[in-house]
Amino acid sequence: MAIAVRARDLTVRYDGVLALDRVNLTLDEGQALGIVGPNGSGKSTLLKAVAGLIAPAGGSIHVFDGAPRSQPPGSIAYVPQVEAVDWSFPANVYDVVAMGRFPRMRALSPFSKHDREVVDAALEALHIGDLRNRHISQLSGGQQQRAFIARAIAQEPRLLLLDEPTTGVDAATEEALREFVRGLVAHGMPVLMTTHDLERATEWFDRLMVVDRRVLAEGAPATVLESGAYAGIREHAHTHGHLRTDAIQEHAEHD
Amino acid sequence: MIDALLAPFQYEFMQRAFVAALVVGTLCSTIGTYVVLRKLSFIGDGIAHASFAGIVIAYLRGMDYYVGAAIVAVLTALGIGYVTRRAKVSLDTAIGVLFTGAFALGVFLMSRLPTYNIDLQGFLFGNILAVSRADIVLILVLAALVFAVLILIYRPLLYASFDPVVAEASGIPVPLIDYVLLVLLALTVVISLEAVGIVLVAALLVTPAATAYQLTRRFRRMLALSALIGAICAVAGLYASYYLHAASGATIVLLVTLVFFMAMVSKRYRVVGSPGRTTE
Repeated sequence: MAIAVRARDLTVRYDGVLALDRVNLTLDEGQALGIVGPNGSGKSTLLKAVAGLIAPAGGSIHVFDGAPRSQPPGSIAYVPQVEAVDWSFPANVYDVVAMGRFPRMRALSPFSKHDREVVDAALEALHIGDLRNRHISQLSGGQQQRAFIARAIAQEPRLLLLDEPTTGVDAATEEALREFVRGLVAHGMPVLMTTHDLERATEWFDRLMVVDRRVLAEGAPATVLESGAYAGIREHAHTHGHLRTDAIQEHAEHD
Repeated sequence: MIDALLAPFQYEFMQRAFVAALVVGTLCSTIGTYVVLRKLSFIGDGIAHASFAGIVIAYLRGMDYYVGAAIVAVLTALGIGYVTRRAKVSLDTAIGVLFTGAFALGVFLMSRLPTYNIDLQGFLFGNILAVSRADIVLILVLAALVFAVLILIYRPLLYASFDPVVAEASGIPVPLIDYVLLVLLALTVVISLEAVGIVLVAALLVTPAATAYQLTRRFRRMLALSALIGAICAVAGLYASYYLHAASGATIVLLVTLVFFMAMVSKRYRVVGSPGRTTE
């Protein structure tokens, strides 16, 4: 399998503060790499650097043997944490998922039959076809997350970046997302994903990386989990586990 | 009766004023949709005030006022974008810094003149009845340019307005799109100066779009409704001002403000009985 992402001594600074320190990373096609680490460990920063949203202060980052920004439009699909957008924006679920087609469309070209088919397929794949006409402000957290992932899939990307997609979603949604992402990986999609959920790591990922500005451990999920490299991180995960339980209840009431 | 209704149209200057009102009303409220959704309501005001410096500089140099206003407006708009990215301050802070700075420059330069014959009142409050044939040509050309670019960048602009980070990751040149929008805004403001003036142009940018937002939750409908409301209010406001013997810019703005509150109230009543609005 070809290499999808390769980072060499990747160093990122925010206003002089070191966010990532000489991170090395390789992701092959058809592989899911999980990134765990405490809050502020630079997990999200790593995804943004791979997406080409942040310029490295040192080292290099290659996506399919080129700089991230040099890839043809539509190549990289990035799914941030859901809080990031204005949910009162005038758009329904279909409108949002259809935006995934925009990077691949020429100016003035109409929305083609193929575009509509891809959007419909993405909606169905994430089981939100029945929500297509619903305004985005009327979605639960899990539904918002699924709409965003559907938009990423509608883009027909070559690389999928997921920033904590399981935070704030219920157990059923988590399982559905996991099956869906594993299906993409089985078809060759490279997936880079951050998470707080260590319990499911062996089911989600082919490889797992513990990051706290530097790479603390990297390898098969079971091996990394047993190595104790995340000993200090486990406490974090626990506090988050409790927070998540509350979030599930809240969303269960919405659903 | 018919004669009385058509009375305003018998004057050529009124005919020109109606054309200007229609174009400016439609253009401002179209681009205003992006202004409202991106929460840039302050920006029209900012660019308009900044363009005052351009008017004074143009006067000093014997240039056309609108060329001076356009240059300073575009530079201020680009400066706002640049300062936001570079200084890592919020957009409204960047606007606040640059527009007061440019406006102060205008006042400073004017205060040093022993005498001046700039029609200050005209620029501050607009004088749509003074729109000349050449002005109409300029307004039509610039408006056509702004509309053409808006159509050309429709999808990237929509994506960048809703979710700039994901749009950029997917390969859309978001910083470029943002700068283009700012330049289009600057041109729109300059076109509108003669019609509604520096002080009131912000209302035409914001109020029709805010009204449309009360009436729909779909982007395309909001865009179309906003343009329609802006166009109708601009023409109707001008018409009303003729009979009320009132300032046209102020009458237009009062009318869109009235329509906004009507839309707000009507939404309130509709939501109560609306089946699609149940909370689940």
